[in-house]
Parts: sequence; structure tokens; C-alpha cells
Amino acid sequence: MNDQRPDPDALLARIVAEEARAARGRLKVFFGASAGVGKTYAMLAAAHQQREQGVDVVVGLVETHGRRETEILLQGLECLPLKEVDYHGRRMRELDLDGALARHPALILVDELAHSNLAGSRHPKRWQDVHELLAAGIDVYTTLNVQHLETLNNIVGGITGIRVWETLPDHVFDAADEVVLVDLAPDELLQRLKEGKVYLPHQAARAIQNFFRKGNLIALRELALRRTADRVDRQMLEYRRDQSVSAVWQTRETVLACVGPGENAERVIRSAARIAARDDVPWHALYVETPALQRLPRRQRQRILARLRLAQELGAETATLSGADPVEVIVEYARGHNLFRILVGRDRVRAWRSWRQSVADRIARQGPDLEVILVAHEETRAPSPVKGGSDASWRERFKAPWSSYAMSLLICASTALLASPLHSVFELANIAMLFLLAIVVVAARYGLGPSVMAAFINVVAFDLLFVPPRFSLSVSDVQYLITFAVMLGVGLITAHLTTGMRYQARVASRRERRSRALYELARDLSGALLPQQIAEIGQRFAAAEFGARAVLILANEGAELGQQVLPAPADLPVDLGIGKWAFEHEAEAGCGTDTLPGSPLLYVPLKAPMRIRGVLAIEPRDPTDVMTPEQGRLLDTFARLIAIAVERVHYVEIAQTTTLKMESERLRNAFLSAISHDLRTPLTVLVGLADSLLIARPSLTPDQADIAAEIRDEARRMTTLANNLLDMARLRSGTVLLNRQWQPLEEVVGSALKALQSVLAHYRVSVDLPEDLPLLELDAMLMERLLVNLLDNAAKYTPSGTAIGIGAAMPSADQVEFWVEDAGPGLPSDKAEAVLQTLERGHEAQAMSGMGLGLSLCRAIVEAHGGTIRVQARGGGGARFVVTLPRGNPPTVDLLDEAAVSCESS
Amino acid sequence: MRILMTTDTTAAILVIEDEPMIRRFVCRALKAEGFRAIEAASVRQALLEAATAQPLMVLLDLGLPDGDGLDFIRELRGWSDIPIIVLSARTTETDKVAALDAGADDYLTKPFGVAELMARVRAQRRRQATTGTPPDNLIAFGDIRIDLARRMVERAGNSVHLTPIEYRLLVYLATHPHGVLTHRQLLKQVWGPAYAERSHYVRVYMGALRRKIEADPSIPRHLVTETGIGYRFVP
Repeated sequence: MNDQRPDPDALLARIVAEEARAARGRLKVFFGASAGVGKTYAMLAAAHQQREQGVDVVVGLVETHGRRETEILLQGLECLPLKEVDYHGRRMRELDLDGALARHPALILVDELAHSNLAGSRHPKRWQDVHELLAAGIDVYTTLNVQHLETLNNIVGGITGIRVWETLPDHVFDAADEVVLVDLAPDELLQRLKEGKVYLPHQAARAIQNFFRKGNLIALRELALRRTADRVDRQMLEYRRDQSVSAVWQTRETVLACVGPGENAERVIRSAARIAARDDVPWHALYVETPALQRLPRRQRQRILARLRLAQELGAETATLSGADPVEVIVEYARGHNLFRILVGRDRVRAWRSWRQSVADRIARQGPDLEVILVAHEETRAPSPVKGGSDASWRERFKAPWSSYAMSLLICASTALLASPLHSVFELANIAMLFLLAIVVVAARYGLGPSVMAAFINVVAFDLLFVPPRFSLSVSDVQYLITFAVMLGVGLITAHLTTGMRYQARVASRRERRSRALYELARDLSGALLPQQIAEIGQRFAAAEFGARAVLILANEGAELGQQVLPAPADLPVDLGIGKWAFEHEAEAGCGTDTLPGSPLLYVPLKAPMRIRGVLAIEPRDPTDVMTPEQGRLLDTFARLIAIAVERVHYVEIAQTTTLKMESERLRNAFLSAISHDLRTPLTVLVGLADSLLIARPSLTPDQADIAAEIRDEARRMTTLANNLLDMARLRSGTVLLNRQWQPLEEVVGSALKALQSVLAHYRVSVDLPEDLPLLELDAMLMERLLVNLLDNAAKYTPSGTAIGIGAAMPSADQVEFWVEDAGPGLPSDKAEAVLQTLERGHEAQAMSGMGLGLSLCRAIVEAHGGTIRVQARGGGGARFVVTLPRGNPPTVDLLDEAAVSCESS
Repeated sequence: MRILMTTDTTAAILVIEDEPMIRRFVCRALKAEGFRAIEAASVRQALLEAATAQPLMVLLDLGLPDGDGLDFIRELRGWSDIPIIVLSARTTETDKVAALDAGADDYLTKPFGVAELMARVRAQRRRQATTGTPPDNLIAFGDIRIDLARRMVERAGNSVHLTPIEYRLLVYLATHPHGVLTHRQLLKQVWGPAYAERSHYVRVYMGALRRKIEADPSIPRHLVTETGIGYRFVP
């Protein structure tokens, strides 16, 4: 009963999946048992319905096969132009994926989901196109026949005798948001067939006639219905999980398919996929590469790798591990990944090796807790390829250079020569030992072929030269047959052992070389300081390890793939478009992948810890070659190392600029504080001394007193100037921390007026601030400075006795503005432009002269407060400087507080 | 007023300033005014002099070579309440506020004139004489009269209505004339410690009070703003 509630992790995963699905388009599949049941018709009818509801429907690609009723339905729907592809001189038409993405309709119709695209398209399969459309948020309607489903493919093949090569991975079908079964009774379908309403390609008419037998149709219909029922069943299960309706929650049993070199590996994979799909569990496919398997000819290894890819397409997580004993690796992997059901192919029965335990038995013995499922052979296929493969492997084993054979011949001859004078001295048995020694030496040095040859030669020589009757091949004593057998056996065993050892040594040295190469790559990369250097190091490594040419395309600052290719491509046909695709989708593209496999280059995204740094474009030696797992891993490591190096270089650059910035900041601050201290002290002294003169006894003459007063005033002016400069520098450097507090504007205005008391004494100053002006968040010192500057400015350019006004208003709900206006002659025309530039555009050309500095400072202060400042001509002459500040969110002064406080006090 | 301007040679003022030129003219000005000036250039020396020479007042530069002027204020306030006037640069409002909160009475921004300095010194001397509640419970300045016993405020003979907080604010300011009171000090004294960080309260109430007390609230005569620091009451 503890399984009553759904696993929270599973729920979370479902929520995440649902979120991902919400952003994606929805896929609706019109599913049928065979051609002719009316899938396309149903799809078009549904599309019409959607269009009537105002949905933006576009036909991406629909095969009408010249059927009238379908063509009529196409009318009234917007059809996207098809892309013409030149294929072996024939004009073929394909879905225009880029056109569809650019058009971006709400819903697009794409017929025949299982269709294989022509070579040269972006993806090899149409369902991958559909995938991209869905990822772009476009809903897709499509059609599918049951025989195209990957896991049902061989079943359907078995029923109908026709194998379809265009298949669709089941996970695509399972991931569809909706599946509509389009059903038609077999009799009706046959009737339609007779009436010629079903499209039949001409070339395979006979085969197709066979296909449309009633028995077949019933079986196909059953399959389609069943598959749909399975889906519905799973939906029900999911619904129950959703609603937490009491149900039985099975523990997640996962499946492991063991892929071997045998013929039935494909069957194992398909069975595992089916079981996993039925139980809705994830599954893994594992290939263990033993030294013996590594020795297999390349063609056969490619086949195994192709099967792993098939498993991946069917939704498996695949792994390739190497180990001497596959059973051990399998059991360990299964335990490590919690896989309790293991599918293995049945070993081919070998009567003469019946004492050997099968892989399944050994797995069962090593892992008694694991469930082992044996998958039978496919009887339809002859085991001939295996034989061919092993022949090749035998030939491989005998392969040795001619010189080896010559040397062994020489060794045999000299043994015979050496032994012949000893004939009278030694027993025959000891002479046989000499020959044996020669065989061992040859086997150890030159391998299997020469050793077998040496065994034969030595036996013949021994027989000919030493065994009586001498100089004849007749063996009088049967016991020398044993000598012969032993010699041959020793030769074979020694050769086998040494070749095995040599193979191991070779593998080890290859591994060592690879790790050394990687080590050297890492070392070189760690020394690289420029992207260019990284690219060159990468190029060297690619040439040495893959025999390939490689270039880097790096992302720019804005996290977009740049145009620059490093190092400059000699003649590499780099396609930046594919690079961009790989970069944006964070997936490999180009040759050997599912995306634009026709390209001669492979594009690997450079994934670094922080983000994707660019794309590595590599041109494999043989574009048709599938990469072996080791190569794939090596390429992966290679790309990762390059990515990390690029990222490191990027951050080194940032660190350098930051250090530089910090250094200059530090210098500037040191400079500023030095100025402010060193300048202020003598100014203070100057003011103080001038003042001292003024009050000195005996009193100065009036002229002298005037001079002293002037010295004092000039020193004060200089102080103001220095203060302005320092404030300006601090504000410009962006390091100043505003001490902003909520306060009434009135108070700041008051202190500014007080500071300029003596200057403003000759003007009629009026302050008119609205009573309800909200509190403003100001740095009082800076704001006072701003007002002092504006007032001082007004006083400077207007004749004394005129009016200077300070006012404020709230032009909008979130802004407060205040102004200083004068009734002078307005801005002098030669200065007006400069003032405007200084104020409104922050133009500093004039900033350092005269009033420019003061206005620049005003602007900087206002900007630091998040506001703007502008100058207007005032009606009736004069200028008005208007400061606009954000109102912000002023705190309230709670009147209740007063009541509380006053209660306490009384 | 002359009476307070004592020419007693024991009326010493301690000048703590590390710049000899500034120290010199300050001392000269003080001497011209009839005070005895004791010079100190470091915190250590200043503490020594303060303990031995029993000065009337301290003029203190905040930036000293062997320590912070704040340390000196705290140390001195441990055993003496003689007036302290801080001399400091303009850009260091927070330092000034800290010094005032630590117990300094007034401040002067460099560069300052001799006349300004002497005015502050005299004001502090006067304050020493008049601190506390006046004996007749009456405070008068300008055309304002505060009757502390009856909790009444009159302006030019007419009663002014103040809220309890406004009244307490005014009384606190009026009983601490000449010195600078920081926002924090006022909040603590008038509103209570819980309000110490709500400086906008003081500002809003000060505005209201000015409208009731001052002839021209935008250019106040008695309730003067010390920008970024606090307020000063000038009778």
C-alpha cells in the first residue's frame, strides 16, 4: 500500500515534460492500417475544420496521388511551395522546411511521417523535419501507416512478406500528442481498390497486389488497432497516475539489450524496444568490445555500430564499453544502472564446444538477481556473413610480410644444417628438440603463418634427414607422427600466444599513444593565449589523430556564431549555415549525423562549462565512414578540451581588461584624493591667512583690506571650482555612491539659497513649491550642488535686480520636475548651442570651459538620480532649466505614530 | 557678551590639527581673540594635553596621522563634556555625522574663514553658559516665545498651534542652541530610539514647524538646515 502515491520525482519529470511540451507545437498523427484507408482525406477534413475556427493552417506537403476527392479538399487551403531537389537528374519535390519555418503558421500539414528525405536535405528523415517544426512551436498534422513503425516492421514483414524500408522510430509515434486511428473494414478497402481509388505505384504492382490480400489486411488492421489501444491504455494509466486513483505501481523495471557481433543482435534490440515500450520503461543497449571483437574486420564492426545507432533511434541509451570478459562488464553495467532484465541473443549452438557455457548462462550465474531473457535466432537468414567474416579474420591472422617467411625459411635451413653433423652424436629425440626450438623461435618472432610453415618444413626436414630410412619421406615408425603433431602443436600454440600478446601490446601502445596525444594537446592548449593559437593546436591534433583537417568557428561576445574561421581555411568547404545550426541546437551536424549528412564536414559544438563557445568543423578522411566509439570519444574529448581552452582564453582576456580597469580606477581614486587633500589644505590656509590679515591689529588700510578680501574670495572660488571638478570626476567614474534619502525639496532649496545668500542678495528670488509635492529620494549634498550651480548660473547671466524663480510641478503620476528660471536676456545665442549640447547630449567639447563644467556637473548629478535636465526659453525672456526626476515610492509619515508618541510623552 | 569673552590666560583652547600651516593661523586667530592655544598634531598628544591642560574647548581635525579623530572624541567624552568643534573636508558628511553622533558639538567645513571660526567658538562659549532649561521657563528668539511651564508657543503675541511632536522638536532644538543636531539625535530624542532610521520624519516635521515659526520658510533663519547632516538652531 505504500505505493499509493505517485513518485514525486516522476511527477516532477512529468511537469517538466509538460512545460516543454507547452512551448512546442502539438503533433497529431492520422494513423492507419495500410494505404487507402483515407488518412490524408481525414487529415485534410480536420484541417478544414481548424481553418473554419480561424486557425492559420498551411499545407506543407500533401500527396494526393491524383485522387479527385482528396484534391477537392485541398482547395481553399494555403499550400506552401515545395522545394525542388535535383536527384540523379530527376526533379523531385520535398517539403520546404526553411520556408515553413519562415512562414510560421499555427498549423502545418505534412503527409507521410515515415518518409525518407532525398540526400542533400537537412535531415535524412521527414520526422526529423517535423521535429524541428514542432520545436519552433508549430502544430503539425501528419499521416502514418502501421507497417512503418520501427518495432512492428519485421512483424509486418513476416505477415505480408514485404519489408518496408522507410521506418519511423516508435518514440516519435509515442511522443505524438494525439493519434487518430483512421479505420476501414478490409472488404471496403478491397472494394475501393477494385474501383481504383487506392494509389498503387506502377513498378511494384504485383507485389502490392499480394500485399492487399484480405488476410494481410485483417492482420494489419489488428496491429493498428492494437497499437492504438496500447496508446489509449497508457493514457488511461497516466490519467490514473494523475488522479492518484488507487492503482498498482510497479517498480521501474528497466531493460538492457546486449548487442553482440552475432546476427540476431538486431532482433535483440527490437525485442528490447518492444518490451520497454510496452512497460513504459527506459532501456539501455550495451556493446562490449573485447580484444577479439576489436580484431574483427572493419565492415563488421561498422555493422555493430550501426545497430547501436538503431538502438539509439528506438529510444535506448547506448554505451560501448571495453573489457576482456563481456559477461563481467554486462553484469556490472546492469547493476550500476538498475537494469534488472537483460536481453541476450541465443548463442549459436556449436556441438563441438558444447562444454562451454553460453553467455546467458554465465550472466545468470554471475548475477542471480538478474532476469535473463534469451532471444531466438532469425531462421530466415543464412549465417554466411559470419563465415565470411571469420574467413577474413583468419586471413588476417596469417598475414605476415614476405621477409618473415624468408627469415623463417632461413632459420629452418640453418637448423637442419646445424643438426646434420650432430646426427651421430645425439639421440634422435634431442635433435627433434633442436627443430622444436627453431619452431618456437619462428613462432615467437614472426607469428602464425611463418610458424605453421616452419612446422611443416621442420617436420619434413627432420623426417628426411634424420628419421630412418634417411633421405626418404616414408615414416617407418609410427611414433614419429607424434613428433610431427607435437611440433605443429607447439608452433601453433606459441604463435597464437605471441600474436595475442602482440595484439595486446599494440592495443596498449595505441591507447598510450592516444592518451599521450591528449595529454600533449591539453598541455599545448594550456599554454595558448590567443584563439588563433588554439585553432592551430587543434588543427595539428586533428591531423595527427584523425588524419583530418579541422577549423574553429568561434562565437562572438553576443553569444552568436561569428563569421571568423580559425585558422584561415585553406580550401575547406566550411558551411557557416550548418555551423550555426549545430551551434544553436547544441548538437552535432554534418556528415555522419542526422542533420545534413550530405555535408563533407562534421560540425561539433564546443561545449564549455559556462556556455557554447563555437563550433569545431572537421573533415573526416572518409566521409562514408561511421566513427568508431573510440574515435567518437576521442573527438568528444578533443572538442571539449578545445572549448575549455577557448573559454579560458576568453576569461583571461576579461580578467586582463578588468585588472587594467581596476588599476586605472585605483590610480584615478588615488589622484582624486590626493588633489582633494593637497589642494584643500593650501586653500584653507590661504583663506585663513587672508582672513587673519583682515582682523589683524593694527588694522590694514582700506586698500590693503580690499586686497586681502579679494585673495580670500578668489581662494574660495577656487575651492568651488575644485569641488566641482572632483564631484564631476567622481560622478563620471561611476564610483560615487549616492547617499539618497527621502526629503522634501523645500529643504534642499532652502540650503542652496542660504549657501548663495550673498550672491542672490541683489535679486528678487521667489520660491513657489506646491504644498503637496511628495518627498523625493535625493542625495542632499549633490542636489544642493545642482541648485547652487543653476542659481549661480542664473545670477551670472542676468542683471541684478531681476527676478529668479524656483518652482516645481508634477507633470505625470510618476514624475516630479522642478526648475530654476531667470528673467534675463535668455541664453546668449553663441552659448545656447553649447549649453544645449552639454545638457542634453552630454557633449563635453565645451564642458571644461566656463559655465560648461557647472552644467556638465548638473547633468551628471541629475543622471545619477535617474532623471533628465533640459533648458527652455522662458516666455517673456530668460531661460528656464528644468530637472525631471522619477517620483519613486515615497514613504508615508504615519499620523498615527504621532498619536502614539504623544501618548507616551504625556 | 563681553563678559564671556574672557581674557583669562587660563582659558585655553586645544587645537588638534596635523597641518602646521592651518594650525598656525588658527592659533594666531585664537590668540588675537584672547585665548591661549594649545597645539597638538596627533591623537596621542591631544589626549595628553586634554588631560593636563584642562582646555575650555577642542578644535579637532578628523584626519590625523595616528588615528581617527572619532577615537579622540569617544575617549574625551568618557571624562569631559567640553565643547568639541570638528574641522573637516567637505566630502566627508558621514564622518561628520559620526563625529557629531559620537559627541562633537559643531563642525566647520574646510576651507573656513577666521570670522566663521571665531563665531563658532564664541557660540560654543555662550552655550556653555546657557545650556539647560532657563530659570524662568521662558525661551525667546526672534518674535517667538516659548513658555515651557504652560507648554505654549507664541509668535508676535499670537498663540501658535503645534502638535505634540512639533512642540517637543522645537523645545529640544531651542534648548540646544548653536550646536548641530544630527537627524539621528533628533529622532532619538523626540520620537524615541525606534525611529532612529526614519530621517524623513524629522524632515517632514521640520518643514511643518518652519511654516509655523519662520517668516520665510524657504530661507529659514532659526531652524537652519545643515545639508546632509542635520539641523542647527540659531536664536
